[in-house]
Amino acid sequence: MGIQKFGIGQAVRRKEDDRFLTGRGNYIDDINKPDQAYLLILRSPHAHARILSVDTDMAKDMEGVLAIITGQDFEEAGYGHLSCAMPMTRRDGSPLATSHEWLLARDTVRYVGQPVAGVIAETKAQAQEALDSIFVDYDILEAITTPEAAKAADAPQLWETAPGNESAYWEKGDKDATDRAFAEADHTIKVQLNQNRITSATMEPRGAVASYDDTQDRYELYVSCQGAHNMQQGIARELMKIDPAKLHVISPDVGGGFGMKAAAFPEYVVALHGARQIGRPVKWIADRSESFLSDSHSRYSSTTGELAFDNDGTIRGLRVYTTATVGAYNTGYGPLQFTFAEGRWIASAYKIPAAHLVSEMYFTNTAPMNAYRGAGRPEAAYVTERLVDVAARTLGMDQAAFRRRNFVTPDMMPHKAWNGLDVHSSDFDQVLTKALEMSDWDGFTARKQDSEARGLRRGIGLAYYFETAAAGVEGARVAFTADGKAKVYVGTQSNGQGHETVFAQVVVDQLGLDFDDIEIVQGDTDLLARGNGTGGSRSAQMASGSIRVVGETVIEKGRGVAAEILQSVPEKVAFETQDEVGTFVVADSGASVTLKDVIQHAATPQGNALDSDGVYKAQGGSEPNGCHICEVEIDPETGKVAIARYTVVDDFGTVLNPAIVDGQVLGGLAQGIGQVLLEECVYDPDSGQLLTGSFSDYAMPRADDLVMTELGYCEIKDESNPLGVKGCGEAGTTGALPATVNAIVDALSDLGVQELEMPATPQKIWALMQKAR
Amino acid sequence: MYAFSFKRAASIEEAAALFKGGDDPQYLAGGQTLIPTLKQRLAAPSDLIEINRIEGLKGIGEEEGAIVIGAGVTHAEVAASDLVRARLPGLAALAGEIGDPQVRHRGTLGGSVANNDPAADYPAGVLALDAEIRTAQRSIPADDYFQGMFETALEEGELITSVAFKVPEKSAYAKFPNPASRYAMVGVYVAKFADGVRVAVTGAGPGVFRVPEIEAALSKDFTEAALAGISVSAEGLNSDLHGSADYRAHLVGVMARRAVAS
Repeated sequence: MGIQKFGIGQAVRRKEDDRFLTGRGNYIDDINKPDQAYLLILRSPHAHARILSVDTDMAKDMEGVLAIITGQDFEEAGYGHLSCAMPMTRRDGSPLATSHEWLLARDTVRYVGQPVAGVIAETKAQAQEALDSIFVDYDILEAITTPEAAKAADAPQLWETAPGNESAYWEKGDKDATDRAFAEADHTIKVQLNQNRITSATMEPRGAVASYDDTQDRYELYVSCQGAHNMQQGIARELMKIDPAKLHVISPDVGGGFGMKAAAFPEYVVALHGARQIGRPVKWIADRSESFLSDSHSRYSSTTGELAFDNDGTIRGLRVYTTATVGAYNTGYGPLQFTFAEGRWIASAYKIPAAHLVSEMYFTNTAPMNAYRGAGRPEAAYVTERLVDVAARTLGMDQAAFRRRNFVTPDMMPHKAWNGLDVHSSDFDQVLTKALEMSDWDGFTARKQDSEARGLRRGIGLAYYFETAAAGVEGARVAFTADGKAKVYVGTQSNGQGHETVFAQVVVDQLGLDFDDIEIVQGDTDLLARGNGTGGSRSAQMASGSIRVVGETVIEKGRGVAAEILQSVPEKVAFETQDEVGTFVVADSGASVTLKDVIQHAATPQGNALDSDGVYKAQGGSEPNGCHICEVEIDPETGKVAIARYTVVDDFGTVLNPAIVDGQVLGGLAQGIGQVLLEECVYDPDSGQLLTGSFSDYAMPRADDLVMTELGYCEIKDESNPLGVKGCGEAGTTGALPATVNAIVDALSDLGVQELEMPATPQKIWALMQKAR
Repeated sequence: MYAFSFKRAASIEEAAALFKGGDDPQYLAGGQTLIPTLKQRLAAPSDLIEINRIEGLKGIGEEEGAIVIGAGVTHAEVAASDLVRARLPGLAALAGEIGDPQVRHRGTLGGSVANNDPAADYPAGVLALDAEIRTAQRSIPADDYFQGMFETALEEGELITSVAFKVPEKSAYAKFPNPASRYAMVGVYVAKFADGVRVAVTGAGPGVFRVPEIEAALSKDFTEAALAGISVSAEGLNSDLHGSADYRAHLVGVMARRAVAS
């Protein structure tokens, strides 16, 4: 075995951390342009109102004010509106309701925080003064904040185009076969489940710095987002109706995206438009209050789940009926999480003979919904594993045994799941067995007694999750600098996950270059032709795929150069990476030259002859899966739930960097446990005002809400990609929801508690215990 | 944030004079409430008079059996003080659990007591320990000082200089934090003096308050068991996203028992 220090599988320390941890990161608010002005956004204070007039007369003459931009300006500019690209229909088969969200509201505002106007001034303070001097005359209308209220016969109608406030209706599976399965099965159970409304609360808020170069007729936009290329396409084509080549998008270091930052938001266009209008760069940074109001929210649905099964634990059928809201507008991936996404992953690891899923979505006077870490995966796992948990309890059957009875097994693979999903590269029992061992499942009874001796209730919960990562197409390019360093341009983009390190490891592994000589470059539409950004746990699989495509070309070109140097022919030159040093070797003579020397040899004034680019097209999404086992302690006097013990075993296929993957799982867990115990966006049902508008009321998880977690891996290679990796970005969140709730329910099971509502706050748990008494 | 003029006072006298000369002035101590309030444009003082460097507001000492803590002493200093830890361990622990380390190194006793946030920790300690709030002009007993949500007996411009805490036989504070803000959802300070027990509750109501029925029960028998049959009425207690009045009333009993037990 050679020396492995920086290749695949090594816990290499993150390259980017030096700059992040010493305050030298380059986030959006670190970008400052000479002569820049400041943009602030006037937002609707009402949940539902007609705009009668917008009076900017006083504001526009105030000191330092450079421009005031309203919806009328955008209409005159011919800009588009935010819309939803999902191929959805309504109950009567008609297409998704038209619900154009103007970038700046025109006639009607439909949620608190909706942008109404932009003010650009020399300083932020001047912009704020002017903002306070814009007078909008609103005719306040009745607001609705929940799907239940939206459905009501006498509910105010948000859209003429959407009778009954119906946004979309979606159905999947075979109703008749499912009805038959339920009629024939030995047992049926029904569980009421909710997803609480949450916001991503990225550490770095959204922001943009826009400029316009009139000599080139070209815009430049620095923006905190998940993919510079997607942002370029979305803003240029759909919103500003310009040639994407006229918009240069740069996304520097990003402090968290989680799905929310994938979409274009109105403020970016206001900044671009304003920069052109005043002929100066314009900066906008959301403050935290704006983030709570105007970032897309996610999850939030109620589901009735039903499972039919026989005495021996064999599942016969599944029903999932979900009601949800898309918020005030259908935008981005709004309806995705309640429909296609859930439908892809619900119970896909199990043999399900019959299933029927229905989701109905409604408009409400709330912030638009979009993806959040998992985007349907946690929802699917929650429905599946809550039902399975209750089913096993109903039979008095061991939780692991019930799952094993129903798992899709390796000998069945490739297997078409009930929903048509291909399951091909997994061994669920292997992962489950390892998790049971690591968690000391069998020692739970003793730990429970110990907790009880301290006056605490204890519960254990198991959840098995199965999901697929997003895939698609990804580009990459490598250019060698004059001093022989490799600049590797990738189309995916780190939001803090450590891509600079991991992808450099992929390069070391394939090309045997020095780790420190490799620089990963991302987030700039001028430097790479295409890219799809971060999202759906796709980056490890897609960037490593595209890097390897490009690497193959580098090796191929290098073989030619090496043959010249070694006075041989390319066919006789082999490439190897012994001890992480890439070397070309002539088969018969043994003569050799390192890739590093070949790169230096290939340098030309115009660039390097080995410079290459390429595109990787995935065969399909990888299939991450794993087992979470959670133990909680509940203080019976206060209702407070504490995580007492947590074990995760994941199958992420080939683990590229275990330290970084550990970090992904732990971060995901924090967000999952945060949703279960703490986080919730709450709107006042009458006024539609957001009650959780700051961290004083929106409870984020903190270190002491979590616990030291045991992590383990089964590396079953994924057949869909060359390195055999499976996406790890969302898995922690996905498993945490059902595992934690199952543990809480277990701790309360002797009281007859079978359902609970997230977030499981101390007050709610206390009330549950009071009621059960 | 609205514009204001910033002034730094070197002495208590100068602070008072600057205050008098201001249009709509405000003292600035640790700023842990005031600065966020200014940032949200919820306050627009004409002058901010910074008092953090006034020597006369510093120091922790003992006077005729009472522990006297300067109004400008930070929570972290109280938590780490050998004297407070020895004589008023309950108060030292309370100070050590306020906010987070950043807050504890900026926030001051005087600032907290002057602000009288209904969910702040210090008011419970001040009231239960029968403290005197000393200002440049006078000394105010805690029972007279706290007058409901953000209301105190302080006159316009009156500056707290120190707080003198009586030393009980024993005392302890038990807090159930709000899951989001970590302010006290319910905090109960129990202090056992030779002539009786004082119990003060923060977080649960519109302002800090004493609980006569718990005080009476504990004065007779200072044990957890003495509180077994006692329930606190939910009437008048706060009810919000995080806790109903009923839940808070229940927690008052639980936290009182825990304070006694510790």
